[in-house]
Amino acid sequence: MKLYDYVLSASCYKIRLMAALMGVKLHTEAVDFHPGRAHKSTAFRALNPAGTLPVLVDGNLTLTETTAMLVYLARGTWLGNPTPTSAAKVQQWLAFSARLGASLGMARLHDMLLYPGDIDALRRAGIDALRELESHLTEARFHGHIFLTGDMPTIADIACFPNVALAPDGGVSLDDYPSIRLWSRAIRALPGFIEMPGIHRLHELKPAPEAVPPLESLP
Amino acid sequence: MIPDVVLNEWYPVAMAAMVGPWPGRQTMLLGSEINVFLDGDAIVVRGAAGDLAVTLAYGHVWACPGTPAHPLFPIPEAAQPGRRLVDCGVVRVKCSPLRAVENFLDIAHFPFVHTDVLGAEPHTEVGRYDVQIREDSDEVWATKVHFYQPQAAKSAAGGIVTEYMYRVAASTSAVLYKTCPNNPDEWDVIGIFVQPLTEELCEVWPWMALFDDTTPQADLIQFQQMIFLQDRSILENQIPRLLPLDPGKEIPTQADLTSIAYRRWLKRKGLTYGAQMVAA
Repeated sequence: MKLYDYVLSASCYKIRLMAALMGVKLHTEAVDFHPGRAHKSTAFRALNPAGTLPVLVDGNLTLTETTAMLVYLARGTWLGNPTPTSAAKVQQWLAFSARLGASLGMARLHDMLLYPGDIDALRRAGIDALRELESHLTEARFHGHIFLTGDMPTIADIACFPNVALAPDGGVSLDDYPSIRLWSRAIRALPGFIEMPGIHRLHELKPAPEAVPPLESLP
Repeated sequence: MIPDVVLNEWYPVAMAAMVGPWPGRQTMLLGSEINVFLDGDAIVVRGAAGDLAVTLAYGHVWACPGTPAHPLFPIPEAAQPGRRLVDCGVVRVKCSPLRAVENFLDIAHFPFVHTDVLGAEPHTEVGRYDVQIREDSDEVWATKVHFYQPQAAKSAAGGIVTEYMYRVAASTSAVLYKTCPNNPDEWDVIGIFVQPLTEELCEVWPWMALFDDTTPQADLIQFQQMIFLQDRSILENQIPRLLPLDPGKEIPTQADLTSIAYRRWLKRKGLTYGAQMVAA
């Protein structure tokens, strides 16, 4: 399976993360998104007329929409429970993830890679989305759930997580959202989790390095 | 008022290959708005008070808002046959331009910020190395820096002990020389060219001159961007926001020798744009 990839893209990271969590090996091909804008080249548009990243190719199948790639990679409970309510909730949050990309994601591209945009409006829209997410996750915690649609992670969590976790890159702090931070921690604790620049692994959960001798034993 | 010594330095303002016709790149330098644009074949940097002195070098456009005190620093390796020159594009960081340079000079953070790439626990020790302010070139140099790295470069196949040399070539530009995995007789050269937009906002242009004939360009760029973006969130959270030039609450350790020399050098030369002059 081949992923046309850009290391700093939140959407590309969704696919790298999902594949890592599923234990699926991806062959990645770096596309010079910045500064080369190779995703807008004629050659790349032959693969994806929309000129967007990521693109996932598996045999004769070419996927250009991130949520479709998540569905393709997911197995078992990662797609939600086989009930109409569960399936609908997953779809609800997949659609919500597009709002995160259009607000927090664009604020990040503005602040980091100098993309044009009304930064105040982007941040305001991002904060609106974060408040909605925080409210939902807080309610979920009252019911003993840690993930978006229940007590198991789904593709909806993976779709929403990157642009939320990267919000500080666009000048939006996550300090005000304790439920979001706990949710982020739960995702980062999943077996097989991988990081990207701006999203750190859980250093604090690693065992204390036993190689460090007690101070009094030092010469 | 910005001191003349600051105005008389060279600063990167654009990637030469990306400059277009008026209005071109609309950006800032030392708090003033400038346009970097193509006028016929010539690249012009225009500010409110007129056109700035311009030099093209190392893939980038350099401008001096005052009267250039000296030519732009040399990087002889840029002209060495067999090297690939890689422009990595721009990244904006909400931090003092001096902090961006200082971070580039630091080795101790590798295992914690660039985990499993430029460093890994428990290999966190920074051994002794040499630091000097070279009087002939008026540059800060750190030499004999050794560090264990799991993946020192895109072309590295596994963990190696990498040797580094660091060089502060200008107030907001630094160059590092590191063991070249493909060519043991040569150094890979990586520069960080920092454009000071304001004292607390900068744009950073990484640039490389490597011996690597095989790795695709996009992979080289993304490796460098991955490394730099791992630093970005750390840089944006450093306090105080300006770089303190005098010791205060920050307690330097043996590993910080380069940083100490850089701060002393800045202070001695009066290159204080982005610096905090009161002890923090």
